Amino acid sequence: MKKINLTVNEKAVSIETDEEKPLLWFLREDLNLTGTKYGCGIAQCGACTVHLDGSAVRSCVTPVVRADGKKVTTIEGLSKNASHPVQRAWLAEQVAQCGYCQPGQIMSAINLLAKIPHPTDAEIDRAMSGNLCRCGTYVRIRKAVHRAAAAIDEREKK
Amino acid sequence: MSNKKNILRLSVIGAALLFYAALASGNRINAGGENSPKTDDAKARAAFLESYKVFSSARCVNCHPGGDRPLQGENSQPHAFLVERGADGKGFAALNCSACHQDKNSPGMHAPPGAEDWHLPPPEMKMTFENKTAKELCEQLKNPKLNGGRNLREVADHLGTGLVRWAWNPGGNRQKPPLEYEEFVESFETWRDSGAACPE
Repeated sequence: MKKINLTVNEKAVSIETDEEKPLLWFLREDLNLTGTKYGCGIAQCGACTVHLDGSAVRSCVTPVVRADGKKVTTIEGLSKNASHPVQRAWLAEQVAQCGYCQPGQIMSAINLLAKIPHPTDAEIDRAMSGNLCRCGTYVRIRKAVHRAAAAIDEREKK
Repeated sequence: MSNKKNILRLSVIGAALLFYAALASGNRINAGGENSPKTDDAKARAAFLESYKVFSSARCVNCHPGGDRPLQGENSQPHAFLVERGADGKGFAALNCSACHQDKNSPGMHAPPGAEDWHLPPPEMKMTFENKTAKELCEQLKNPKLNGGRNLREVADHLGTGLVRWAWNPGGNRQKPPLEYEEFVESFETWRDSGAACPE
């Protein structure tokens, strides 16, 4: 057991827990942030994607001790009312079907756009290839990423 | 008095000659290079063929691919998804190596392996092992323009990193290289210290 001190969605958190506990379960069980989903538990599907100091990580295999002293952002931390440009784009393009994989898709998309503000279709496919969607919403995901890129661009011009 | 002066003069000249000889041979003596006084080409070649058994195993080849995608599995197939080397050897956009690979093996079958600083060589210095013959790999390892700017001692240092040593604790049902770690290091050092001659 170890006291873990981290920031989650801009809030300081200090909890004693098993340091090898996957970050996914720490978020869902200790902090009741259930937006991040369990899909496979072995980093093969991307449903559990969160940001650790701005970088996308798969929380199902990331031990919580790796987040000690760092900043974690989950899907809940993007906005209070789904107003993040990527969330808005997802809604505008009606991406989700069952929706289970979408928190992970969105977190990966945000990371992609932070590194490549105007990705091509090929770059989107490459960057998002690790986020699986059984409903097959990939075409809409690609459109939503382009839409979000344009919206972010527009916002930054203002 | 003149004898003492002569002795002193000769001593200084002798010391200078020794100094310049050491300077000229530089790292090659320390690295057991081709000018090493212990050169034994046959011994070096035999030793390299031993260490080549490890270099050509999946544990090494998978992270030293010829292309820009890492490999995985005992049959060295392309890494799942479209994981790639990226601009710095650490992945591309949302698929950085560290997104999945921790600093140690993740528990569970088919979970990602892990070691400190999991990464590939960068694109400008790929250090490809895939499909290299023993001769080709040997020449590459000796060439600072192809081996990350290292002398042979520094190449040996790389063999001591956590990332390389991971191969002998690969987790899951992954196979270790065909030599034990100590045997591998010994064969590499024997090759180096015997003059680093390459197989024909």
